[in-house]
Amino acid sequence: MSDEIVIDVRGLTKSFGGRKVVDDFDLKVPRGAIYGFLGPNGSGKTTTIRMVCGLLKPESGEGEVLGFDVLKESLKIKERVGYMTQKFSLYEDLSIRENLEFIARLYELDHRDDRVDKALVDLGLAERQGQLAGKLSGGWKQRLALAACMIHEPELLLLDEPTAGVDPKARRDFWDQIRRYSAQGVTTLVSTHYMDEAVQCDSIAYIAYGKKLIDAPTGDIPAQIGLSCWRIAGRPLMQAHAMLEQSEGVELVARFGAAMHACGKDAAALERAVRAVKVAQPHLQIEKIEAGFEEIFIYLMSGSIDNFQ
Amino acid sequence: MKLLDLSWSRVFAVFLKELVQMRRDRPTFAIMIMMPVMQLVLFGFAINTDPRHLPAVVEMREDGPLTRAFLASLHASSYIDIVAITQGPDEAEAMLRSGDATFLISIPEGFERRLVRGERPQMLIAADASDPVAAGGAIGAIERIAQSAFAPEFQGPLGYLARPPPAYEIVVHRRYNPAGVSAFNIVPALLGVILTMTMVLITSIALTRESERGTMENLLATPIRPLEVMIGKTTPYIGVGAIQVAIVLIAATLLFRIPFAGSFLAFLVAVTLFIFANLMLGYLISTAARTQLQAMQMTFFIFLPSILLSGFMFPFRAMPDWAQAIGTALPITHFLRIVREIMLKGAGFTDIVGDLLPLALILLTLATLALLRFRRTLD
Repeated sequence: MSDEIVIDVRGLTKSFGGRKVVDDFDLKVPRGAIYGFLGPNGSGKTTTIRMVCGLLKPESGEGEVLGFDVLKESLKIKERVGYMTQKFSLYEDLSIRENLEFIARLYELDHRDDRVDKALVDLGLAERQGQLAGKLSGGWKQRLALAACMIHEPELLLLDEPTAGVDPKARRDFWDQIRRYSAQGVTTLVSTHYMDEAVQCDSIAYIAYGKKLIDAPTGDIPAQIGLSCWRIAGRPLMQAHAMLEQSEGVELVARFGAAMHACGKDAAALERAVRAVKVAQPHLQIEKIEAGFEEIFIYLMSGSIDNFQ
Repeated sequence: MKLLDLSWSRVFAVFLKELVQMRRDRPTFAIMIMMPVMQLVLFGFAINTDPRHLPAVVEMREDGPLTRAFLASLHASSYIDIVAITQGPDEAEAMLRSGDATFLISIPEGFERRLVRGERPQMLIAADASDPVAAGGAIGAIERIAQSAFAPEFQGPLGYLARPPPAYEIVVHRRYNPAGVSAFNIVPALLGVILTMTMVLITSIALTRESERGTMENLLATPIRPLEVMIGKTTPYIGVGAIQVAIVLIAATLLFRIPFAGSFLAFLVAVTLFIFANLMLGYLISTAARTQLQAMQMTFFIFLPSILLSGFMFPFRAMPDWAQAIGTALPITHFLRIVREIMLKGAGFTDIVGDLLPLALILLTLATLALLRFRRTLD
């Protein structure tokens, strides 16, 4: 990571049918960073990514991506950005190799065959290159899509929920690949729903109702939210759950296997509530814990209402 | 928008991709090849413009040796099948109206007496004009039948009736007066219909298919230009058009024995221009349609006037002004005239300029509109 800013957009706004889907959105992403984009469905993540890569025209706002004007120089931005769409958007009736060659031609790449060969080997697709893209499983489609958006060696990767519907092993491989690109100086903006992926990011922007609510280095987020947490284990957990949900100071009750985490921002009120439960159900074990990302994101997600309700 | 800032690499990329996709989509490809064959069979054979065995009702108010001879000739003719002989007009009219008869042949009272006197009596033929093509052929046939039926009778004592003009007058009633359409006329024109149908249909889904499958998003995320997409997406179908042209031309010469009288070079220029115009028309539709179904519907919206108002089905000059105006805006109208003039009348470049220029103008207008309508973003 360096001090150079790759994405610098200010006040991006976009509405569809009179509803503001993205509202006055700012974002600064330094070169080489992996920037996570979190938020509930319909919060404006996809729209924001599309505005950044020139697929949608913002109503207002300004900014630069890779030093180019986001409103006027979208062709130059497109040449240097790799965009992976949420839905598989390569040609299902073309083979893996044909898809990659198509994309390589669109970017007017030299040494096309070598690049396609290399991309196929890098992503472990060499043996399957003749297979039709439509016949691939979700994980392989995702690999192909990543290969396609990396073939012109972009400086910036925009990934829109790239791992939706992909098995954990493939997701892990995918993230290893992103880390390698990051080490080479490629900047990544990735939207995700998965907590384990969010924690892989250097920084996280949390967006809801089209507004950015949090934007901080991942490690700083727990302190920023200031969430207190208690772990409650033992029996009877169900009654304790019901009690806690009624209690003041408890903003979130989440089950984690045989235990339950109760969280809230008001540490004193939360402690009172938990202790009251312990009095009512003496067999329970209670313990104060550090709020993890899991709790924080569940807290964030549950706190925001769907944008389209 | 810089239109001419285009990269041939990207044009070629789209071109190649379309070719591969076309090859993989075998049913569609098969339809494009089968379409000309089907239409040739339907229009060339099944739709017979020299129709025979048309049902006729004869209204006989007279019964004499001459009229009976005429009736016998009608019976013998393969053009007409007499389905009924009536005495009064009402029954005959009803049969014509209901479609039980295509013709009403009416021989008035005193026909024979006046014929012998040399007063040139009238014989009425009323044709069902709802099928003008069928009617046109058979009316001529009835005139010939009458001629040959009376010829042997006009000998000996009645020999003075054999001199022209004919001793009788045939009055033809038809609400519509069709041009004499024959296979010579229809098969070359069919080329225009086939090309319009397939070229417009296939390119009308060029962009809608990309949007529907979600591949448009990826395409737009690359630095591709609108003109590159347009050229790359439409040119592969020139090959398909060329195959169709070849099929129709071979069938025209071998199957229908239609001469190719004019300049082949002029024909090639015209047909290329026409194919491009249709591709652009389809492409324009694909910039407007949101789904493939909509694209199909819009194609048929174009296709109907292309058949009805172009001079393919009905004589162009017989149409009202507004219909002629619509027809003039359609590429097929000009192509039909060009192809008939070249193939049948032996025309060369100078003869077809009057239709070649409008065709080029239509092509240019369509291409510009399509380019302007192309959405560069997902908005």
